[in-house]
Amino acid sequence: MSVRPSHATTGAGRPSPAGEPHSRQWRGLGIGFLIKLLLMGIVNALGVAVVLAAWASESWAILGAMVVIVVVVDWIYFSKRALPLKYLTPGLIFLAIFQLFTMAYTGYVAFTNYGTGHAGSQTQAVDALLIQNERRLETSPSFVLSIVRDGDELGFAIVVDGAVRVGSPESPLTEAPDAEVDQAGRVVSLPDWEVVSRAELLSDRGLQQAVVDLRVPVSDEPEDGSIRTREGSTGAIYRSVLEWDPDAQTMTNVDTGTVYSVTDRGRFEAPDGTQLPVGWYVTVGFENFTRAVTDSNYSTPLLRVAGWTFAFAILTVLSSFILGLILAIVYNDPRVRGRKFIRTLFILPYAFPAFMSGLLWRGMLNPEYGIINEFFFMDAYIPWLSDPWLAKFAILYVNLWLSYPYWFLVCTGALQALPTETMEAARIDGAGRWRTFRSVTMPLITVSTAPLAIASFAFNFNNFTLIYFLTEGRPRFTDTSAPLGHTDILISAIYQISGVAGGRADYGLASALSIIVFIVVGAISALAFRQTRKLEEMN
Amino acid sequence: MRNTIAWGAAVVASALILSACGGGTAEPTSTDAGPGVDNSGIELTIWVDANREPAVAAAAQLFEAETGATVVLVQKNFEDLRTDFIAQVPTGEGPDITIGAHDWTGAFVTAGVVNTVDIGDKAADFEQVALDAFSYDGQLYGLPYALETIALIQNVDLVGTDAPATFEDMIATGLAAGTDRPFVINVGAGGDGYTSYGFQTSFGAPVFVQEADGSYTSEVGMGGPDGVAFATWLSENGMAGNGYFSTDVDYDINQSLFSEGAAPYTIQGPWAIGTYTDAGVNVAVNPIPSAGGGTAAPFVGVQGFYVSSQSQNTLLANEFLITYIATEEAQRALYDADPRIPAYIAVAEQVASDPIVAGFIASAQNGVPMPSIPEMGSVWDFWNAAEAAIVSGADPESTWLQMIADLEAAIS
Repeated sequence: MSVRPSHATTGAGRPSPAGEPHSRQWRGLGIGFLIKLLLMGIVNALGVAVVLAAWASESWAILGAMVVIVVVVDWIYFSKRALPLKYLTPGLIFLAIFQLFTMAYTGYVAFTNYGTGHAGSQTQAVDALLIQNERRLETSPSFVLSIVRDGDELGFAIVVDGAVRVGSPESPLTEAPDAEVDQAGRVVSLPDWEVVSRAELLSDRGLQQAVVDLRVPVSDEPEDGSIRTREGSTGAIYRSVLEWDPDAQTMTNVDTGTVYSVTDRGRFEAPDGTQLPVGWYVTVGFENFTRAVTDSNYSTPLLRVAGWTFAFAILTVLSSFILGLILAIVYNDPRVRGRKFIRTLFILPYAFPAFMSGLLWRGMLNPEYGIINEFFFMDAYIPWLSDPWLAKFAILYVNLWLSYPYWFLVCTGALQALPTETMEAARIDGAGRWRTFRSVTMPLITVSTAPLAIASFAFNFNNFTLIYFLTEGRPRFTDTSAPLGHTDILISAIYQISGVAGGRADYGLASALSIIVFIVVGAISALAFRQTRKLEEMN
Repeated sequence: MRNTIAWGAAVVASALILSACGGGTAEPTSTDAGPGVDNSGIELTIWVDANREPAVAAAAQLFEAETGATVVLVQKNFEDLRTDFIAQVPTGEGPDITIGAHDWTGAFVTAGVVNTVDIGDKAADFEQVALDAFSYDGQLYGLPYALETIALIQNVDLVGTDAPATFEDMIATGLAAGTDRPFVINVGAGGDGYTSYGFQTSFGAPVFVQEADGSYTSEVGMGGPDGVAFATWLSENGMAGNGYFSTDVDYDINQSLFSEGAAPYTIQGPWAIGTYTDAGVNVAVNPIPSAGGGTAAPFVGVQGFYVSSQSQNTLLANEFLITYIATEEAQRALYDADPRIPAYIAVAEQVASDPIVAGFIASAQNGVPMPSIPEMGSVWDFWNAAEAAIVSGADPESTWLQMIADLEAAIS
């Protein structure tokens, strides 16, 4: 195809030369254009809505990305120069959001210590530590409290033993003799101060935050603490034990004088090694990657898990392919009656959600109450899911049950697509049934199903659903303290180790391991695809 | 020229659609606020689970009418709340308030996602044990509303209402009833230390050592001879012994065996009662019998409300909890929506006349709060797995001591 740049410079108003794409021919407000306009209107409206939402929640990265996307999309669909992009853009945007962003973010987390004790940013950790260490004085009663204002300055007015006291952050509480108090004991008016009404407080979020953050010292002695309120109508005396120094980046315990300084692991640490409980996440380099290999607690069990993962994925693909192929050949024979009906029945396991089948089989394989032992093994006690080898067998069997219909479908299609003349030629050449199958049918089917086999391998390599719902990785390894088991595959092991389900979460380690698994699966698939391409060339 | 028309048309169309979308939602939803209160822009987001939603919604309606703020209830699975709260509060996408269990407190505090609450003089309205449960390092982090615990549930038609004093008594009565099993308990393939904890504490082997004031240290308390005695007892009653504990019995099988009358005793919580009464079983609830001589003390869990440390509406969130949730009406509504033992004393007194509730209250009085220290999160995996292994016939002493060693290594 030759590119003719002259088209791009075709001026407005001139008749379109023949052969120009129809989308470039202006025919006024045709129905097609109106539909495009409507669709673009929806896209733009959604985009603007996201921009406004991002503005409201101050998510500048999302806002920026959305503005760029909206402008680019509008340019592409209303420009005449970007025809190929009109087809590619939606896919590219989804690729960027759902694939590239997720991968980049996983990659980023893999280099941090994000997890239990390191959940947010440093600012949030400081907030939390200050909150946790500001305590109500045990002797403090609850006061009826009013919020007062003098220009921009906010303060509190409380009633102590019948006397009104008022103060602000700069001036500690002093008596206000001329105050007026209502029956509920609440201050309603004060000289020099304006009492803020409840209605005004409730309608102004900025004022609410200011009130929540306001501390009015009880006296000139910081030891005596300060008044604070949580909901704006009662107050109590609190005292903060920790002091944050943003310039020195240190936390100081005002009672003991201990100074906690920032460590490179995202914690506040005292010289004697004690740490404050809340940390934040920081980048830790390749530590997560090396830990999986060097920590003997993980490396040996993970190696066994990796071995079983390969065995599981390969055996599953092989067994289900073979069973599916055999059934496809049998039910492809024109002599079989009711083929369509029987084929439909075969597809049923494929139509069930995998997690339901997992739970169902788990119940049926229960040694004492399950119907498998009851009906097929005369009530013998066979511990299907608690013996290491039987559990592996059970998983392979259940996955065979789940996935052979897929191969049955694929192979039936492949068989029906075999060229009849080739088959006839084989017969004329005197090849028997077995010879035809081995030398003609099988190679042709392999070519068309090999890419699917690779995809199936990659899918089963990460078949979390089956393992999680059937055995949860059990039975556990008894010779290691890692919480892993004989039927764990890599992805379920990652789920266990990372403690995402509860316990000590370690998203950094989990992300690092996911990336390793991704690289392994990717490399194997790439190699295998190269092999199948050779196979195709041979044919 | 054509381009200009196209662009202009695009802008007009977008504007039209935008205004069409916005038209429905731009109206303030609560108009009957007090005089001068225009609060329509302020939204208080609360995470609740399906059970609690109607009760919280009732309190929220009153709150909306009086303050003019809008309450947005987001319904989530109870099991997801803990992880989601820790993950989303730091991103700014978290709620202002979430419902939760007290044993999450330690994890929330170390993640820095939770604010303290101060209920002031209203503390006297709540059971002290419930407030203690939500306290961590001397600070209160949640407003409690319900307690829950497990108890011995018995089939009245088979074994009457009398509470057996010991495990042996219970087994003897159960055997005399002539059912398939004298007693059934959930263990499952993965083990269930929670349900068996009453028996474990009767041997004097608590998960963590408690201080004199009831707070937990991070010192593992279930090692030593008492823990081994429990493990040996478990093994004797496990599948290699007389088979009363079995990994083949999971929650569903436990429910169906007891509902069918195939076992006269089980240990379960209030959530299981509905299944039994629906099946027509006449049940009585009693404290868990002792197996090792001491008091059988099950875990008591407390449910309540947490305020986010990153909330932009801290004042309204506190106002909602203290003025609208810490009231008798709201607490009663929460009880009606999900009948667990009320933490609010006045409501607890109202409902104690129900014999089933009274049975659970009696069991809770023997109980200990579930540890809320963050180390507890690491316990379940090791503990449950060891229990399942011993029940299915592993050597009790070595399995138990290995579990203790692994656990101590994991939390150190």
